[in-house]
Amino acid sequence: MATETKAPAASPAAPATAAAIGEPAWARNLLIALGLGFIGLFLVLPLVAVFIEALSNGIGAYLAALHTPDTLAAIRLTLLVAAIAVPCNLVFGVIAAWAIAKFEFTGRSVLITFIDLPFSVSPVISGLVYVLLFGAHGWFGPWLVANNVQIIFAVPGIVLATIFVTFPFVARELIPLMQEQGTEEEEAALSLGANGWQTFWRVTLPNIKWGLLYGVLLSNARAMGEFGAVSVVSGHIRGLTNTMPLHVEILYNEYNFVGAFAVASLLALLALVTLVLKSLLEWRFGHELAVTRH
Amino acid sequence: MRVFARFLPRRAPSVLPGFGPALGFALAYLSIIVLMPLAALVLRPAELGFSGFVAVATQPRVLAALRLSFGASLIAAAINAVFGMIVAWVLVRYSFPGKRLVDALVDLPFALPTAVAGVALTALYAPNGWIGRLLQPLGIEVAFTPLGVVVALVFIGLPFVVRTVQPVLQDLDREVEEAAASLGASRWQTIVRVILPAILPALLTGFALALARGVGEYGSVIFIAGNMPLVSEIAPLLIVIKLEQYDYAGAAAVGVAMLSISFVMLLILNLLQRWHRGH
Repeated sequence: MATETKAPAASPAAPATAAAIGEPAWARNLLIALGLGFIGLFLVLPLVAVFIEALSNGIGAYLAALHTPDTLAAIRLTLLVAAIAVPCNLVFGVIAAWAIAKFEFTGRSVLITFIDLPFSVSPVISGLVYVLLFGAHGWFGPWLVANNVQIIFAVPGIVLATIFVTFPFVARELIPLMQEQGTEEEEAALSLGANGWQTFWRVTLPNIKWGLLYGVLLSNARAMGEFGAVSVVSGHIRGLTNTMPLHVEILYNEYNFVGAFAVASLLALLALVTLVLKSLLEWRFGHELAVTRH
Repeated sequence: MRVFARFLPRRAPSVLPGFGPALGFALAYLSIIVLMPLAALVLRPAELGFSGFVAVATQPRVLAALRLSFGASLIAAAINAVFGMIVAWVLVRYSFPGKRLVDALVDLPFALPTAVAGVALTALYAPNGWIGRLLQPLGIEVAFTPLGVVVALVFIGLPFVVRTVQPVLQDLDREVEEAAASLGASRWQTIVRVILPAILPALLTGFALALARGVGEYGSVIFIAGNMPLVSEIAPLLIVIKLEQYDYAGAAAVGVAMLSISFVMLLILNLLQRWHRGH
């Protein structure tokens, strides 16, 4: 991210300035050691531990642990939930950003605050609110029971909770980006005879595609990895309402550590792929993202 | 859709189409997914009445859980404020091999599912784990104690501090430091009197974000905490327990208590920042 600004050696004043605004070598090395040591202890070591624990009985045991019906069902459910939740929030994010970024109206900043709300709520509360609405003793519970619709302890509840926790990602990336791009290009397209849809597909969308991908990447990682919110609404029925993170918990509590860490290693791989793609996007298309431009 | 147009008058008329439908859809989706469920959270404890709410919120087990959640979050956020600032400083000011990799790694807690972090930290700090084994002879127990909660919250909170301090540190004008130096300030004086005040608002913001995240954190904590009532049981877990007993109003009451305390703490931090800016 940051490029080190070394004082140019050619400038005559440089040595004195560098000494005055830099730290002595020992302090520099001490700070680097402290920073890297902290990251190594708190970030790298847990990550390494996941893979070592998963492979502790060899690659055969690792693959066997993954190839069980319950684990495969958990993987399928996680993919299904992300495949529903992410597109929902993608559509919402684009439409909300269109209204908020391209038009002036009162109450805009209140709306942005509301969109950010799910980020400031505990994951457990994100699940709790849906139980309060749709649970057996919830507001709509009796009606749902009478009509034989199950939301809580079933897949719809898991999808709802996942949509809630990933709600802001796409919108909060697109709003500042589209605000910055303004409306001139769209106005030009319209004045040249394009209709609204053509303008959106041919002008707006190409302008925001990398930002959109960035938002989708982050919401997908969260959707597949969410634990607290999903845990509250899932009911933990093996093979039916268990997502991968929940399956990690079940296997861990059964002392099936190889199984638990094998599933955890898949999620850790997902996190690593997400980080690599995120860094690539920031590095290659940083000027077309809102996050990297403050 | 006309209703919205009248309700939220457009200041500058725009030639772009689709404002009404877009805003209408956004408001409807927002209301169904976010606002209505949160309204249920706020209204549900009302059936207990105010005295009932206070009775739930002051149960010894609830008080202990709230104390642990907020106490551990404060300690973890303080640790992250110190080390997060060092990490941000090192990433902005120094060059060393693998710097880009370290920079990307800082976001790991954002990307790694919390349950994975939870089992990994527990494996490390359990009495037979890599780190737990080293600490046990010293008489330090981390896993299954409140200390374990702090460790998990340090993991979760680090990127908040680094990512808020880093851009401010990057935009800091080096000439001011040179000016301080040329006026005879020692490097230490420059850091304490010039650089620190400039990044303090960002540091406070990062601290507040890490704190807020820590209070609500669930997945990474429940594995390492041991979850002993009154000792190492966090407030979000208590919500889950009350829900399992179908005590919906009680669960909502704990949730509202958590959110209210968080809100007051963030308000205080916000005021601190304003006060700092006023000086």
